[in-house]
Amino acid sequence: MPDGAEKVVGVRVLAAMSGGVDSAVAAARAAEAGHDVTGVHLALARNPKTYRTGARGCCTLEDSRDARRAADMLGIPFYVWDMAERFQADVVDDFVAEYAAGRTPNPCLRCNEKIKFAAVLDRAVALGFDAVVTGHHARLGADGLLRRSVDLAKDQSYVLGVLTREQLGRSMFPLGDSTKTQVRAEATRRGLAVADKPDSHDICFIADGDTRGFLAQRLGAAPGDVVDGATGEVVGRHTGAYAYTVGQRRGLHLDRPAPDGRPRYVLSITPKTNTVTVGPAEALAVSQVQAESPVWIGGPRPADPVECEVQLRAHGAVVPATVAVTGDGLRAELHQPVRGVAAGQAIVAYRPDPAGDIVLGSATIAG
Amino acid sequence: MAYLDHAATTPMLDVALEAYVATAREVGNASALHGAGRQARRRVEESRERVAAALGARPAEVIFTGGGTESDNLAVKGIFWARRSADRRRTRVVSSAVEHHAVLDAVDWLAAQEGAEVSWLPVDALGRVTPQRLRAELATAADQVAVITTMWASNEVGTVQPVAELAAVAAEHGVPLHTDAIQAVGQVPVDFAASGVSALTVTGHKLGGPAGVGALVLARDVAVTPLLHGGGQERDVRSGTLDTAGIVAFAVALETAVRHQQEYAARVAALRDDLVARVRQAVPEAVLNGDPSDRLPGNAHFSFPGCAGDALLLLLDAQGIACSTGSACSAGVAQPSHVLLAMGADSARAGSSLRFTLGHTSTPEEVDALIAALPEAVDRARRAGSLRASR
Repeated sequence: MPDGAEKVVGVRVLAAMSGGVDSAVAAARAAEAGHDVTGVHLALARNPKTYRTGARGCCTLEDSRDARRAADMLGIPFYVWDMAERFQADVVDDFVAEYAAGRTPNPCLRCNEKIKFAAVLDRAVALGFDAVVTGHHARLGADGLLRRSVDLAKDQSYVLGVLTREQLGRSMFPLGDSTKTQVRAEATRRGLAVADKPDSHDICFIADGDTRGFLAQRLGAAPGDVVDGATGEVVGRHTGAYAYTVGQRRGLHLDRPAPDGRPRYVLSITPKTNTVTVGPAEALAVSQVQAESPVWIGGPRPADPVECEVQLRAHGAVVPATVAVTGDGLRAELHQPVRGVAAGQAIVAYRPDPAGDIVLGSATIAG
Repeated sequence: MAYLDHAATTPMLDVALEAYVATAREVGNASALHGAGRQARRRVEESRERVAAALGARPAEVIFTGGGTESDNLAVKGIFWARRSADRRRTRVVSSAVEHHAVLDAVDWLAAQEGAEVSWLPVDALGRVTPQRLRAELATAADQVAVITTMWASNEVGTVQPVAELAAVAAEHGVPLHTDAIQAVGQVPVDFAASGVSALTVTGHKLGGPAGVGALVLARDVAVTPLLHGGGQERDVRSGTLDTAGIVAFAVALETAVRHQQEYAARVAALRDDLVARVRQAVPEAVLNGDPSDRLPGNAHFSFPGCAGDALLLLLDAQGIACSTGSACSAGVAQPSHVLLAMGADSARAGSSLRFTLGHTSTPEEVDALIAALPEAVDRARRAGSLRASR
């Protein structure tokens, strides 16, 4: 297995090409670095027409064509791999099951963990490739450490923090040292047609962006009570507790306003009793986080509590914390309280570093 | 490079290429009334006569089209529409489960948009449509059948169908039978009149002519409703300015391919037999699909148990060997072959298949290159396993 130092020049790499600008430039850079690059577009939808159209998703016909055209321009072989079944089982079904269990999953993270750096990487290795190249904005240096991108607004180290050292050892992220603006400029310079394609966002498999409707269609209506966390009083009805996320304020449809007239937020979801508990903003604040199934990629599993920074959701605030290993999980004492910590999201621990904050490890927030 | 995908498209013959370039230098719309127009028209009509002579048809029976897909659509939809117009009860279509998508999807479209009732004739394990099945299908309500369409030879597994026998059964009931002979012409003897079919599709780029030009050979007593309306070219059946250079090159290629068919088939079949024997030697588990004797001379179609066809294709492609997994959807995903599934294969066998097809430029060295690369590719593909969700 190549470690960081060995994968400098002339290895066979598989570039996952979504049809967007980032993965196209990543593939171009890998080819320019002297690697033998093969492009692959992952077909994730059973029926591509039901997925997001236009430039937003990662799995439409247009995206497939854009990826192919970028590969043509780079002069690399290109194939489409049908990952629809795996994606359905490992990402979409998991997404629905997690919501049903009262947790808030991150499907992009799951896709990295189970599809791009698992099913695709395993297949690539079996077929004789040495590594997978993606257009993620994160730095992965010769030291094998995963660091935040220089472009903090585009940094994706959070959704890569779940990868193991073995997975990272066979990964390449050529964009980590560039800002998105630089990547777009380079795409233009290289004549790639995707240079000005809008960024993808939202969840690719929810065509209209209506997550609640998507879940309701799959889980059915399950009416229940919305309860005030302080008084235990029923303050409204909901049509399915699964549709709520901790920290959510909108769409609560409460019958009665709070006595003090201040807005109320979802504090917790209890699938067992199908109850959504609400309360004021300050009741959301959390200063301790328990998490499960940690992976340690920034070094060995720490024997003693570590002072570090933690991030509790994608694009979420970063707060200083003390992280300690507890049995087969971890506990983080947050040095300042954080609102809207949802079970099912990842906690990613970073060690601040002038050369880019280093991912120490990650775990799934319990609850 | 080893090009083992002649069934997808085959290099143009030099004579066809020269004829194309020479004709493309000339000006003249074949429908124009002046000298240049007459000259173009003359080239088209000479080509029509050549195509007709090579296929055992009359010149008036040859309709030039924009290729195989158009010819198939024109035959299937056009004959359906015309015969239903003549008699409203004729709403049935009989086809086979192993047709090319140009026929399959046209028939499906008739079912979805025109309310056609479709009977798909099953095939046996070798991919053959039997006259008995067609006879059984026509035993009741044959007067409601608008059109029968069954291919001459399979583009995937290479099985050659008993077309004359099928046409004879159709004729007993007075129902026109169309056959897609795209893979057959130039590979096996094809005689339109002797076969008894009512309509036959042929295209240029499978026999050494250019892509985008072909013909529908249509018996004079069979009415067809046009797909394209406009200038009234081709007996009002196919409007559109005639592609004189394409038609000339197509006719030259077809005439040449048919003239040399016997010696071509003998040479290519010998090379193919060698390929099959050596693939079996190199990968003993490989299964040859299709009819072992009644098959196209250039076709070798295998399943490689435990391998995904698209993985094998990628690995062989990296070694400069071009072959095919069959059809892909519009997004580029390799689809399990409907032909193999119809032949009784399970989805694993269908998904593990690869087609190698030889043609007029094929050499023993290309077969050598395949055999040299295949064992390692199979070994790797087997390790990569299938793409299915099972772990």
